Amino acid sequence: MDIRFSGFGGQGIIKSGTLIGKAASLYDDKFATMTQNFGPEARGGACSAQLVISEKPVLYPYIVRPEILVSMSQEAYEKFLDDLVPNGILLIDSDLVKPHNIRKDVNMYSISSTRIAEEMGNRIFANVVMVGFFTAITNIVEPDAVKKALPGSVPERFIDKNIEAFNKGYQYGIDILEKTKTKQKKKKEKTEA
Amino acid sequence: MKADPMGVATGSHYLDGDHACAEGAIAGGCRFMAGYPITPSTEVAERIAERFPKIGGMFIQMEDELASMAAVSGAVWAGAKSMTVTSGPGFSLMMENIGLAVMMEVPCVVVNVQRGGPSTGLPTLTAQADMMQARWGSHGDYEIIALSPNSPQECFDLTITAFNLSEKWRVPVLFMMDECVGHMTEKVIIPNADEIEVTPRKYYKGKKESYRPYRFNGSNSVAPMVKAGDGYFIHITGLTHDERGYPVINAEAQEKNVKHLVNKILKNEEKIRIIEEDQVDGADVVVISYGISSRVAMNAVEAARKKGLKVGTLRLVTVWPFPESRIRELAKSVKAFVVPEINMGQISLEVERCAQGNAKTILVPHAGGWVHDPTDILNAIEESIV
Repeated sequence: MDIRFSGFGGQGIIKSGTLIGKAASLYDDKFATMTQNFGPEARGGACSAQLVISEKPVLYPYIVRPEILVSMSQEAYEKFLDDLVPNGILLIDSDLVKPHNIRKDVNMYSISSTRIAEEMGNRIFANVVMVGFFTAITNIVEPDAVKKALPGSVPERFIDKNIEAFNKGYQYGIDILEKTKTKQKKKKEKTEA
Repeated sequence: MKADPMGVATGSHYLDGDHACAEGAIAGGCRFMAGYPITPSTEVAERIAERFPKIGGMFIQMEDELASMAAVSGAVWAGAKSMTVTSGPGFSLMMENIGLAVMMEVPCVVVNVQRGGPSTGLPTLTAQADMMQARWGSHGDYEIIALSPNSPQECFDLTITAFNLSEKWRVPVLFMMDECVGHMTEKVIIPNADEIEVTPRKYYKGKKESYRPYRFNGSNSVAPMVKAGDGYFIHITGLTHDERGYPVINAEAQEKNVKHLVNKILKNEEKIRIIEEDQVDGADVVVISYGISSRVAMNAVEAARKKGLKVGTLRLVTVWPFPESRIRELAKSVKAFVVPEINMGQISLEVERCAQGNAKTILVPHAGGWVHDPTDILNAIEESIV
């Protein structure tokens, strides 16, 4: 599974990739290789982390066409959208990305991760809200594995806050999946009727 | 000897190659590092700088790379296992003092996280174009040991090996990473200290007046060392010297001194050698690679095997000294060698030389900035057999 996390520097994009990769490889018995796109820019520039998760050791470390794209900035969304494979999964922060040229061949899910984090007191948790959302929607790593990956990856005094952020994103994702299921069910019933 | 448990971060980690290299150095007994930050190697220095104060090590950020390499040699003679870390431009600046360390037979490790060149080139992107500089970068005749890891786990494991080899042969060991491996994050398992084998420095224990800092006796061994402050009066120099370390400026002394530097590595090449072979028996073509290219090449090799081609692989974990005798032997049984490397042709020329016309050598070059497209390697494999 080829995944790209994207946004701008300072949002914790690389950390998102690290958390999922660490969860998959240390606590979920998979192989996970993460690489980062380093540019000369620091904070503010487009930034992305590439993660390959596999049942077998990963040979080729980079990603050409991701199956999942996470975008937390407009610039990153526009830069990387075309690379997403048909039927791929697109996750966006709905306050930061206005999805024009919507691709009909991909499954898009959105969450106000930055706003949810701000409501918790600090937008710095937005990436972990997104990680929770990612975990629920994609079902690639176990939620417990991601929670186990938090210690050592975030400052110890903020672990509880990070777990809270993760849970909010995760629950939001589960609710969306439920709603989609219900909608599909109703649609099906309607057509059958 | 087993590793000092104080420095060993036992457990499962999710680390990039740079950080894993730093942990490997600590586990391998390194307690002094001098360096000057340069992308993409800075994370090694950062982690060492953070970890050393807690375990009794010393990190100094020097004014430049010349001073860094000089400080490393000084620290070794003061008794510390020492390392420096850099990338291409800094590696160039270190060359003179790497030569000095070779001449003074200083066991130390120099890490080069390779990026695209020449000059400042591609600071943040990968290359494997310093392989010949590792071999010949400093002036004069000498032999060196160079290792090339292909994963963060190996950045940990092989940094320990690099320290062990440097102590065994009293030689600078060049740890030739590439940006891709340095900035790649994967699972790294750090074992218990009592499972990590560490080669201690051999110190002299005899009479003070009979100590010789060098031994030029057929090159199967090197002389034990002493520490500054232990009361020995010794002379260490970059000039051609005798076993006492005193300068002797004539052809006879040069013959003894240089032959020793060369032969202690070349005559023991098979003892130093670390290579990984897979399915080379009966193979029509063998892919020879190192560093990140060895992983990318496996993609192509698996595809070629699915097509029914008989493809073997040989991975150079130690790139220098070069496994000449093994390549020569293989050349007699295979039709071709395919050599993918992220440069315009360096190790492929060594392969070609060793093949002695018995097998074709096909280079798959890449100028740097990215890894190979596995299709290019697959095409070369297919063409090589036609």
